[in-house]
Amino acid sequence: MPAQAIAPASVTTPTADDVAAARPRPTPMRWLATLALVLFAAQIVVFLVRNPRFEWPVMLKYLFAETVLKGLGMTVALTILAMVIGAVIGTLAALLLMSDWRPGRWAAWTYLWAFRGTPLLIQLVFWYNLAYLMPTLSIGLPFMAPFVEWDANTIITPFLAALLGLGLAEGAYMTEIVRAGLLSVDPRQHDAAKAIGMTPVQSFFRIVLPQAMRFIIPPTGNQVISMAKATALVSVIAMNDLLHSVQLIYNRTYQIVPLLLVAVFWYLVLITLLYALQSRLEHHYSRGHRRTPASSVDSAPV
Amino acid sequence: MPAPLTSTPAQPVISLRNLVKRYGSFEALQHVSLDVQEGEVVAVIGPSGSGKSTLVRCIHQLERIDGGAIYLDGELLGCEREGMHLRTLGANAIARQRRQLGMVFQQFVLFPHMTVEENVMEGPMQVLGDKIEDARSRAHHLLARVGLGHKFKAYPQELSGGQQQRVAIARALAMRPRVLLFDEPTSALDPELVGEVLNVVADLARAGKTMVVVTHEIAFAREAATRVVFMEAGRIVEEGEAKATLSAPRTERLRAFLSRVM
Repeated sequence: MPAQAIAPASVTTPTADDVAAARPRPTPMRWLATLALVLFAAQIVVFLVRNPRFEWPVMLKYLFAETVLKGLGMTVALTILAMVIGAVIGTLAALLLMSDWRPGRWAAWTYLWAFRGTPLLIQLVFWYNLAYLMPTLSIGLPFMAPFVEWDANTIITPFLAALLGLGLAEGAYMTEIVRAGLLSVDPRQHDAAKAIGMTPVQSFFRIVLPQAMRFIIPPTGNQVISMAKATALVSVIAMNDLLHSVQLIYNRTYQIVPLLLVAVFWYLVLITLLYALQSRLEHHYSRGHRRTPASSVDSAPV
Repeated sequence: MPAPLTSTPAQPVISLRNLVKRYGSFEALQHVSLDVQEGEVVAVIGPSGSGKSTLVRCIHQLERIDGGAIYLDGELLGCEREGMHLRTLGANAIARQRRQLGMVFQQFVLFPHMTVEENVMEGPMQVLGDKIEDARSRAHHLLARVGLGHKFKAYPQELSGGQQQRVAIARALAMRPRVLLFDEPTSALDPELVGEVLNVVADLARAGKTMVVVTHEIAFAREAATRVVFMEAGRIVEEGEAKATLSAPRTERLRAFLSRVM
């Protein structure tokens, strides 16, 4: 029972209303919509399970086939390596773009322009056929006879071509993500780092980059998920990734739908694992920014 | 303020000679000259835009000066001599020169991704190369000194403004600086939190720390500072012993300023 307040003299007609006793209004439309949604979901599940054209038994048979698992391994390896290469290149290019060294800025900008402006597929084909444009690879001084020389055909394996293609293309997109993250950090943080005598390198790795990670991780998670699927393109340069491996099987057995479902299953597993990883990383980098009540460490008042 | 033990003129810890700082065509500092002796507490007061913050930021080399020179214990800051010429120093060399000075900012600017303890340990460990146990015990000692010994595992976000500023002071002290610089340390605080921070600063003054404090708190300047410097429009208009200058200003402009703020 709320205590009866004494109305001040300025209040002429005191009322007994108290919003604490109010109840939420009924929502019949919400109930109807929920019902519709549940029915719709149920229909989809029934369709998936009961439709014989999906050939689920065939899908289960090939789920752990050796070719498929090899292809899956290749997809995972390419995704991880290409993202690492892309992240390193992206960070370097972002720093170049933000520096006051003009030729560096122009170089970085040209890199972004070339590698974001052309389709990934074309880039992969070019890297795979690098030996056609550069029959020998060599190290030496510009415009002079080289110190060492190699035959490009033997050096540029399909795997290396795939890594170069995917890594360099990814680096171009990562540049803008990293740059956005670095811009999001309060410039006064860099001042504070300088104020305790840190060099620019120390300030970048200890103070600025850790804070930028909060804003870099979500779009990068996006990029990793895209990369996991973009690796399917390497099938055009004779590499056995997940999609190519199921294609090999259904080209023999003509069971296209269930084999594609095998690929779908593994892609979904991969993406789900990436979700979990991203969530953990975001949790780590949001230290000090989470809106939780004050820790129990403090007992004394201010 | 203890009397000097010898009668020889001591080399000032900080010496500013004809400092000029421009932002485009705007001259924020116009030929400012100032000496700060060891153990002095210099309060810098003046209206907004007078260049007080710029002055302190220039001393700490957070801004590059456009003219004049700054000396720390006789060493020229920001440049080195090469025969007849002066060469500007690179970022790493400037960082080394900055280690002698500590700074406390108006907006505290603690590192939000680290706990209070880690904030104070960061400088000694990364810059001075202290071992983790030494850095931690020093951090706890300094935090206790500013009255926050029980908060060392908290994150800056969980603290009040006054508490954050006191952590910032501990962080600056952890670097064992020659001089502490304060850029309006209480201007961003709620009035009831100002006192706790000023108490810490006054405490440091009593302990003989050399400090330059840019502040709006005239009463604090009168009580804790040894010298006061009044700036207006990028120039030092008046300076002198704190109590005397603030109670009996010589210039009309300082008189007018004091009557406005008090």
